[in-house]
Amino acid sequence: MTAPAAPRSWTGIVRDRAVRSFPPEQLLPDKQPIYVASWIYVFGVLTLAAFLVVLASGGVLAIEGPQWWHTSTAGHFFNSLHLWSVELFMAFMVIHLWGKFWMAAWRGRRAMTWITGSLCFVGSIGTAFTGYLVQTNFDSQWISTQAKDGLNSVGVGAVFNVTNFGQMLMWHIVLLPLVVGLVIVVHILQVRRRGVVPPIDVDPVDLIPEQGQ
Amino acid sequence: MSILATALAAPVNLNHPGHYVHWGVIQISLANLVVIGLMIVIFLAAILLPFPRGGGRK
Repeated sequence: MTAPAAPRSWTGIVRDRAVRSFPPEQLLPDKQPIYVASWIYVFGVLTLAAFLVVLASGGVLAIEGPQWWHTSTAGHFFNSLHLWSVELFMAFMVIHLWGKFWMAAWRGRRAMTWITGSLCFVGSIGTAFTGYLVQTNFDSQWISTQAKDGLNSVGVGAVFNVTNFGQMLMWHIVLLPLVVGLVIVVHILQVRRRGVVPPIDVDPVDLIPEQGQ
Repeated sequence: MSILATALAAPVNLNHPGHYVHWGVIQISLANLVVIGLMIVIFLAAILLPFPRGGGRK
């Protein structure tokens, strides 16, 4: 005699699906295939590291404000830290993109990995552009007046007003970082789920079976 | 402080309008061209340079 099946709750369904999609040894793997031992596989995590520095330095700038980052020595330092971590973030991400493009990284049911990576790239460009607009200097004034003509010409100037400092600040420090951060989390989960893409001419004995390759 | 500031100052004087390269319809600042060149060099180096192999790796 067996106990009657417990009614299925949404938490139970989500838990079962999460464990099925992300077994612990796959979510936090402690081994990788031999072909991952290449410098070209390093640029994804370099991008992630730079992103964390961008968030941290941007957080400090948000706490102290424009007067501080324009006039104090520490403010100049964190202002520069934010700029150069963004430079490295974009450079590492583009090199990561080049590497993945030339190894056709969408192979092996990795379409969502590729798509979320592309969304992250586009979202990061938007975040960087709104960052130009909130420097509170002549550079941001010049860029905003140039950008408004382009955006007005495609009809979005009324809802996305690049000369509205408050609106651009909120896009830059709340909305876009939230979107980019969430897309990065989904991207990394997809990498964990499908595994790191193997080289095109990989020897099948070097594949890890549980990563569904 | 002034010695430290001098030591940490940019090795290249940046206090002037940027230099631009013109090639037909293409116009790009020298600074951006240098950055793109560096990224290509790093990309090629990442492919060509050997990666240090740790023990016990599959």
